[in-house]
Amino acid sequence: MKTRAASGSFNDIAVPAKAGRHWGSVMLKGLCWLSGALTLGTMLLIVGYICVRGIPYLTPELFEVKYTSKNVSMFHAILNTLSMTALSLLFSVPAGVFGGIYLAEYAKPGSRLVRAVRVTAETLAGIPSIVYALFGMLAFVVTLRLGNSLLSGALTLAIMTLPLILRQTEESLLSVPMSYREGSFGLGAGKLRTTVRIVLPVAMPGILSAVLLSIGRISGETAALIYTSGTAARIAGLDDSGRTLAVHLFQLQQEGRHINEAFAVAVVLLVIVALMNALSAWIAGKLTRRG
Amino acid sequence: MRGLFLASACVCILAVGTICVFLFANGLPFFRQYSALDFVTGTEWAPLRGVFGILPMIVGSFYVTFGALLFAAPVGILTAILMARFASRPVLKVMKPAVALLAGIPSVVYGFFGMMLLVPFVRENFGGTGKSVLVSSLLLAIMVLPTIIQTSLAAINAVPNSYYEGSLALGATHESSVFRAIVPAARSGIVSGIVLGIGRAIGETTAIIMVAGNNPRMPGDLLKGVRTLTVNVLMEMGYAADLHRESLIATGVVLFVIVMAVNFLFSFINRRRVVQ
Repeated sequence: MKTRAASGSFNDIAVPAKAGRHWGSVMLKGLCWLSGALTLGTMLLIVGYICVRGIPYLTPELFEVKYTSKNVSMFHAILNTLSMTALSLLFSVPAGVFGGIYLAEYAKPGSRLVRAVRVTAETLAGIPSIVYALFGMLAFVVTLRLGNSLLSGALTLAIMTLPLILRQTEESLLSVPMSYREGSFGLGAGKLRTTVRIVLPVAMPGILSAVLLSIGRISGETAALIYTSGTAARIAGLDDSGRTLAVHLFQLQQEGRHINEAFAVAVVLLVIVALMNALSAWIAGKLTRRG
Repeated sequence: MRGLFLASACVCILAVGTICVFLFANGLPFFRQYSALDFVTGTEWAPLRGVFGILPMIVGSFYVTFGALLFAAPVGILTAILMARFASRPVLKVMKPAVALLAGIPSVVYGFFGMMLLVPFVRENFGGTGKSVLVSSLLLAIMVLPTIIQTSLAAINAVPNSYYEGSLALGATHESSVFRAIVPAARSGIVSGIVLGIGRAIGETTAIIMVAGNNPRMPGDLLKGVRTLTVNVLMEMGYAADLHRESLIATGVVLFVIVMAVNFLFSFINRRRVVQ
């Protein structure tokens, strides 16, 4: 409740019971419902339109292993999305979780380091993906000579999703009651054992929901990948160029010859994002019920 | 282990530092060969003739962002008020996942939707090619809507309930209490949500490139095409070389500086809220 923002003057609160003002409020309430309907309607329009145009084209051929210019199969893109996600989480999850542990359990609250990490995490979260694309291209592709490869893309996306995992880990750890730690210390456990065996498991659902959201963001990212992992239509190894589903959709749209197949890819992307959202909300819901 | 944890925490700081170094080291040399003033105030973009003026893109970025807020700010704030104070539990059960889904839809899907549905719609009903400021703003509005809703909702929910109860006790109705006691108290939180939305709108690339027309000239009326800073980088990076390539990295630097300024404004507003 420390975020109370009012100036505290009674002008904000006192409400003269004039009929005109009353009707104004009722009208505003109507506008609220209208806006809510508009928001819901927009979501339904987008999802509905993509599904109606895309689902009829989700044919078995689109999932064939071989990609040809006639049959623009998305099999390779699905595999690349999986390996891109796994590879990038391999970097961002340890860094984010360990960093979060340091901020919540070890660092002095409000110290200069904690503030610096907070500010930089906020900065990272605000950087547009096209700037990440430039950075990934200059740093990983050119300077480290990784070339247009899965690795370059995964490293770029790891930095992009790091702040999300870090902040969520920190917040989940901070919300674990102090008594858990005191109990563990009282039984003779050390700092590290208390953190890893007692506090971390309780905070797990929060961390997991951040990881799921990151998976959604990685599968949906386009701009940051085009010049880092590239757009080659094949199953990529660590140092090959390969397109993920989102980049595949972008390329199909740019080529403009396989619009129906592009709709089908969009459906698959929507399903992935909806699934990750639902799982993440479900886990977060379990967390609040128990607490 | 402590050292490992500490090192991990420092990755963020290191990452921001490295990003700045790489961007500025690669972007700033451009200004040794091309005047910075001509770069940001030039109205002509003709890389083949060695003319690099990005003013049309700067104006374009702000133009579509402003247009997006015109749609998204009122709808977003009112939806947040609805979800915080008027909606019943079953309505909330639908609205919350809907907003989360809107927030999660990838920008490439938004762009594809805009290109296939909004662009033809505007072309047939209002004329022009359809790839326009209007469609870009509309699409961006949909994309920043969940950001504004979620931040405003959190701000409204953070207002102490005593404000509302006090207003009721003075004889105000439920509606007037919400609009005249609670919402004004959440004002700065709502503003910070809008600023966050501005940051996201200026940085959006993939969706805009599909619906904006991308003509590198000063944006005109609503139905004409427009090119933003982000699009400029994404479109031409694939084939640019030498000075042209450096000019694109410099475009990225300008974008980076603008977004950082907006983010700074955001944390400034937030900090003031906490202090109050």
